[in-house]
Amino acid sequence: MSEQITFTIDGIEIKGKAGQTIIEAADEAGIYIPRLCYHPELAPHGSCRVCTVLVNGKPQSACTQPIAEGITVENNTKELDEHRRNLIDMLFIEGNHFCMFCEKSGNCELQAVAYRLGILAPKYPYFFPKKDVDSTHPDIFLDLNRCILCGRCVSASRDIDGKGVFEFVGRSIEKKIAVNAEASLKDTNLKQADKAADVCPVGTINKKRTAFAIPIGKRLYDSKPIGSDIESRRK
Amino acid sequence: MDENLQAEVKQICQVCGNDRTKMMDIVRAVQEKFGQVSSETMNLIAKFVNCHRVEVESVVSFYAFLSKKPKGKVVIRLCNDVVDKMAGADVVADAFKKELGIDFGQTTADGKITLEYTPCIGMCDQAPAAIINDEVITYLSTDKVKEIVADIKKHYDPSKLKHRLGDGNNANEIVHSCVHNGIRKKGTVIFADYKSKSGLKNALAVSPVEVINIVKSARLRGRGGAGFPTGMKWQFTRAAAGEKKFILCNGDEGEPGTFKDRVILTERADMLFEGMTIGGYAIGAEAGILYLRAEYAYLRKLLEKVLKDRRDKNLLGKNILGKKDFNFDIIIQMGAGAYICGEETALISSCEGLRGDPKNRPPFPAQKGYLGNPTAVNNVETLCCVTRILEMGAGWFVESGSKGSPGTKLLSISGDCKLPGVYEFPFGIKVRDMLKEVGAEDTQAVLIGGPSGQIIGQNDFNRTICYDDLATGGAIVVFGQERNVIKIAAEYMEFFIEESCGYCTPCRVGNVLLKKYLDKIIAGKGEPEDLDILKQLGESIKTTSRCGMGQTSPNPVLTTLKNFRKNYESIVKKTTNGMQPTFDIRKALADAESIAKRQSVIFIK
Repeated sequence: MSEQITFTIDGIEIKGKAGQTIIEAADEAGIYIPRLCYHPELAPHGSCRVCTVLVNGKPQSACTQPIAEGITVENNTKELDEHRRNLIDMLFIEGNHFCMFCEKSGNCELQAVAYRLGILAPKYPYFFPKKDVDSTHPDIFLDLNRCILCGRCVSASRDIDGKGVFEFVGRSIEKKIAVNAEASLKDTNLKQADKAADVCPVGTINKKRTAFAIPIGKRLYDSKPIGSDIESRRK
Repeated sequence: MDENLQAEVKQICQVCGNDRTKMMDIVRAVQEKFGQVSSETMNLIAKFVNCHRVEVESVVSFYAFLSKKPKGKVVIRLCNDVVDKMAGADVVADAFKKELGIDFGQTTADGKITLEYTPCIGMCDQAPAAIINDEVITYLSTDKVKEIVADIKKHYDPSKLKHRLGDGNNANEIVHSCVHNGIRKKGTVIFADYKSKSGLKNALAVSPVEVINIVKSARLRGRGGAGFPTGMKWQFTRAAAGEKKFILCNGDEGEPGTFKDRVILTERADMLFEGMTIGGYAIGAEAGILYLRAEYAYLRKLLEKVLKDRRDKNLLGKNILGKKDFNFDIIIQMGAGAYICGEETALISSCEGLRGDPKNRPPFPAQKGYLGNPTAVNNVETLCCVTRILEMGAGWFVESGSKGSPGTKLLSISGDCKLPGVYEFPFGIKVRDMLKEVGAEDTQAVLIGGPSGQIIGQNDFNRTICYDDLATGGAIVVFGQERNVIKIAAEYMEFFIEESCGYCTPCRVGNVLLKKYLDKIIAGKGEPEDLDILKQLGESIKTTSRCGMGQTSPNPVLTTLKNFRKNYESIVKKTTNGMQPTFDIRKALADAESIAKRQSVIFIK
């Protein structure tokens, strides 16, 4: 019984439902808007800014912006992709990402979006920060070198697992993920079956003893670029 | 566990009703009592207010005035704003280091005195300045530092520091501050004589909708910088569905170079609270919150007293001035050192006891603001204008100022000028005329609206200050010919780096990158392409950042690139040897050499 809303993305007419965000309506219609922090089962975080689109000419994050009748959305433009590449570059250089050794390679959304947008290496200088690694938990391994501060683990643990294992601490470039314990992850009630252990888009929250169960070459984004599943819905 | 600590923390939480949303009050009280919010204390707070420990840590780690590690009984925070440095803050800094025998970021061996830097504390007109616990000390010099340190070491109680008293309410015994108001020019709205109560009486004589209409016909726009029409904001808040509504006053002026709200809070608190009360009536709120920046804690007692006086006179409380069922009161929420909390949704987060992260919009505060209720957030000066509009009428208000920008604007002017201070000008004043009035000669550049505004050069001195041309929240800094605008831009970028909440990528990372490129250029290693990179990165930050702070944070770079392009072009040069000018082989090898415990045999010093 939801009200239908008609608008356009890059000139293509989309019919969405009242209450949907631009990204939800676009996904349903088979139009891929690049994104990183967004996860369909979690409240939109709006932090990575990769899904920035122009709504009637004004920049908005597609994951937080509700659709409205008659709006004109620009998504696939040269300028926006340039901004997106800058954002992806920023995420790479503020951390320590080493795709060639990373167990998440091929399943990593950061890597996949970078490839899709044509990034082979960041064009800005790396920061080479010192980041924490926490391997105290028997089943889960936490590596902040690869964290992109998307907040998925925070929302999943709080809203789905009802645990609140993760939260952001600090601010500015020092902002990071912390765990709900004085010392380390082993002192929390995080379990491998938790949603929070499942939603990390990069190689920060890793399940131990599962790393290479699926070999390189047979992974999610190895043969088709990220977003292909969404685009296959296009009628 | 220390039972005494447990009892004290329990008591603090109890006073705050064991309320998670009062987290700011709780952690501030703990910090004040113990000089830190220790790991152990975080556990206790979490237990008493029934939240996760990491949530407490999340809040404590966000605000500059809170800390997990212990700080001295006395914390000296020297302002390192651009204007303070122009006035000699670096020399003062050295004097503090020498007298205390410690560096910035350190605490004396006896654990009693901590020395820190802090960004703009709202005292640019009397720089260099510092805050010592809650006490503000202005016009610092090396001699004064010697006296202060010697004095402090006698009693370790900053409230006992001997100093001359400022003017007006600064000399009031409950303020007892050396701060000067520095009101240089009184205009017709804020610093004119006014009749307390009369605006509120006039408001209560008509319906709330009519009050909104009066504010609308006065065409009042927000004085914080963004310039949103106040009447419209109130109309949205009034119309929004919700049992409870709130009016919040943004007393978190933190834009480097601004200090006009300091003077309003000191001399026109009554006018401000009256404006909040009128706003409360207009939108249908029973509660108002004044969010006061931690740097202005020295004004808190005065503000509490003004509130009490207003309660005693039935200007706050139940059935105000006999108006049946109009109940309204105001509380003060203290901040804890975070510029971003001046962003309205971050301010709301902070009032809710959270990190000062801005919120996603929509929903806008008018729909869902403080604790999910419809909320109007207004600037200090805006609310004062409301009081005057209701007192004198909308017609009177639109007589002053320019066509598109009625009324006056308070400008905080400092830097290279003879008469720094607060000026109340009618909107529409030319930059050139303003400079003449403040005694600025041979000016190279003017910062209009603080670093989030723009740095303009002589070509723009005929432009006017108003919403349609040079819009500003009021922070104006004058730079003489001898100043290096690129270095100034770099310093302001450092400010945005420190003050970014870190939520979104472009503001968190992009500003660090901009600063790196500026430093490279300043060091004489810049290449012509770097100017294009600065522009492109700046545009990306502007376009994709999540809140107003991020969207305006690259402005020091973008506006100097535009208005002082020659300054940049004169110091960048093409490299001819094919080498990366910033690459330092010795530095690059340092880590590896320390692991190998020997020096590279190929790249020797």
